[in-house]
Amino acid sequence: MIRVEFLGPIGKKPLEIDAATLREVSDLLQQNEALADWLPKCAVALNDMMINDLDTPLKAGDKITILPPVCGG
Amino acid sequence: MELYQGSLDVKAIFGRWLDEQSSSNYGAYIPFVGTIRAEDGIEALSFDIYEPILQAWFDEWQKRAAERGAIVKMAHAIGDVPVHTSSYISAVFSPKRRVALELIDLFVEDFKANAPIWKYDVIDGKRIYAADRSTSMDGAGLLAQSN
Repeated sequence: MIRVEFLGPIGKKPLEIDAATLREVSDLLQQNEALADWLPKCAVALNDMMINDLDTPLKAGDKITILPPVCGG
Repeated sequence: MELYQGSLDVKAIFGRWLDEQSSSNYGAYIPFVGTIRAEDGIEALSFDIYEPILQAWFDEWQKRAAERGAIVKMAHAIGDVPVHTSSYISAVFSPKRRVALELIDLFVEDFKANAPIWKYDVIDGKRIYAADRSTSMDGAGLLAQSN
């Protein structure tokens, strides 16, 4: 299983899903209406490393983190 | 990198950083203080932080600074920070002033754009996400791409 965590103001509980690549995660999350406004603005991390490639392979136990727009300071 | 619940004790932290580097032979020490302004009826700002990625971001900056013979420092608040107190401070130590002046600009601006921290206005005790002042991080939108 892959764990998907939503940070900060998204306010959504973590999901446990089956997916072999990030593209499959993308397909799955795009079906969730509550995330429609968030996904275009959010960056993504895999096991706490920022990633930029939808073809990134996944393995059981991986953690994907969804990071909405930031404003520190 | 240091994280604290609530407002920062700015003088104590800057003083300690100065003491820690007192014999490191740095010629320049440039501090930056971010203070919560009273505006739009807010009583405080409030912050969520995702520490693993913030630490990685900071470690990367420490490497960039080291390549120029400098070090960077930062402290940030978690949770509510009342107006007229500080939520964020940072500093650069370097052998000479030019490097420190350049790095503090780059470091603070990249912090605003890419540090995984979320800000909320606190009005009448309620937390409201500061969506209009927030910036998408580098690489945003990856999961919204059509396949």
